Amino acid sequence: MNIMSELKRIDDYRWEVPKTGAMHVPGRVYTSARMMKTLEKEDALRQVSNVATLPGIISASLAMPDIHWGYGFPIGGVAAFDWDNGVISPGGVGYDINCGVRLAVTSLEKKDLKPRLDELANALYQNVPSGIGSTGSIKLSIKDEKKVLEQGSRWAVRQGFGEDNDIENTEDNGCMENADPSEISGRALERGRKQLGTLGSGNHFIEVGYVEEIYDEETARRFGLYKDQVTLMIHSGSRGLGYQVCDDSLAKMTKHVRKLDFEIPDRQLSCAMIQSKEGQQYFNAMACAANYAWANRQVLMHLSRETFQRVFRIGPGSLGMNLVYDVCHNIAKKEEHVVEGKKRIVCVHRKGATRSFPPGHIALPERYRDTGQPILIPGDMGTASYVLSGTQKAMEETFGSTCHGAGRVLSRTAAKKASKGRALHRELQDMGVLVKWTGRSTLAEEMPEAYKDISQVVEVVHEAGISRKVAKLKPSVVIKG
Amino acid sequence: MKYTLIDHTADFGIRVSGSDLKDLFENTAYAMFDLIIDAELSKDGKEFDISVSGYDLPDLMFNWLRELLYLFAGKEMVIKKADIVSISENRLSARITYSDYDPGRHEIKNEIKAVTYHQLKVENKSDGWETIIIFDV
Repeated sequence: MNIMSELKRIDDYRWEVPKTGAMHVPGRVYTSARMMKTLEKEDALRQVSNVATLPGIISASLAMPDIHWGYGFPIGGVAAFDWDNGVISPGGVGYDINCGVRLAVTSLEKKDLKPRLDELANALYQNVPSGIGSTGSIKLSIKDEKKVLEQGSRWAVRQGFGEDNDIENTEDNGCMENADPSEISGRALERGRKQLGTLGSGNHFIEVGYVEEIYDEETARRFGLYKDQVTLMIHSGSRGLGYQVCDDSLAKMTKHVRKLDFEIPDRQLSCAMIQSKEGQQYFNAMACAANYAWANRQVLMHLSRETFQRVFRIGPGSLGMNLVYDVCHNIAKKEEHVVEGKKRIVCVHRKGATRSFPPGHIALPERYRDTGQPILIPGDMGTASYVLSGTQKAMEETFGSTCHGAGRVLSRTAAKKASKGRALHRELQDMGVLVKWTGRSTLAEEMPEAYKDISQVVEVVHEAGISRKVAKLKPSVVIKG
Repeated sequence: MKYTLIDHTADFGIRVSGSDLKDLFENTAYAMFDLIIDAELSKDGKEFDISVSGYDLPDLMFNWLRELLYLFAGKEMVIKKADIVSISENRLSARITYSDYDPGRHEIKNEIKAVTYHQLKVENKSDGWETIIIFDV
């Protein structure tokens, strides 16, 4: 049966996938009538209902407006499981563990950028290793690599790649404390050893832009944002180490899940009870990869900061590059949430979804205690990126979660076809975006038309109340792997 | 060699056929590397023996491809040829021919981050065997 026809509209921005068959809870999709069309072609809704069949799932299997087809779990999916009687699944986190975004502001303004645009683009492209299998200037010994896995951002800052206050402006202070490097395979360690401080390929990027529009003056001021200010955004993850951790864990769990007393509709949904040995092994290995990703983005920011200083011939004080926040959007977290009036400890899987903690939440740094968490939503490389803030409604409805980006609408092959005969870099230049890239087909695959309209995605989460619009950023320079 | 691309929004996969299991597993290895890299079989290929196990045929296929992908991503081995020496439902041994990755000579066409289990199939059809595999790219 066509799942689209089963959908029930709750209000303008929420739809329900009714609980049927083996589902323990219903599905709930945050979208709009306009965006529903992009869902029709896909099996992503079927995936929302598949996730609802997993043991211990609480309230609903959720989907954000940037939902698209993933493997097993949909991308843009959020699912919370009971900490004592629920499962944890590598497929609910994704291959790029702690893929995420960080945003830094500078004291520079849009007008300062223009005369140095080319120079800055070239220098960033040269100084930040990018592309498939790129290796960095940092070669870690296994002993040091294990410290990265245990300490995350703190390791990077201790090595001189950043400043102390970068740590408090990172989700979880850039470190999941449960990380246990003894759970990491030799293969994962080997892949991670040479890749720290590299951007990677695909949709990962470094973007220099400026604040184009402010929606909420007071919150923007607290985030340190003002109009025409130059910003730096970094999108990257845990590189080969994270993929290998997911790969190793998935292989183990597909064997393990056969011994359990429930059926999974797709092997990619393989999982283990959180409290089992296998569940804890994955959770502690995943934390290592998450920490690696935070250290990686910290080093990438440091390389960018140095590049800015050289290009603009100014010192760190005049550049004023300060981290606004760093968020992860592929992760599983142990969190406390109130469910039907009762406090519960849950394992929230966010796969292509961002945490959206409200004002007053204890996990937020002092400076954001009364604004809510800064949320960073990158768009496609031609359009815009958004800064949002977390809300109480997200805590009540989505386990403190919101969208993560635009979400693809065209497959890579379709994007390549659509780009045939076009000079995309010139089209982007006409839009005011200077782009540098490495991979032969990166530019075509990542063209703006390949993605959903980011403003529509953001409109849904804003109107649904699971986060609030604060500012819009416009890209000027984009470095792609 | 027959394989076709399956085009999903976020990812892509392949549909590969083979006359028997040996042929199927060899063809699938070829197809994956054909997607990853532009590489011809060269005379200076080195050889390497591996064996892989699985609890059923889809699991064996999954483990076979992820082993080969690891050899590329982790050991920088560009695999040109994979000869299945023996194969059962739970185990295979193979001799692979490879050369060391050389960025000057090998152009990477697509980064495959991982082999997924999503909708993975290995089926015996009337005219031979077929497999479907989705990659995370």
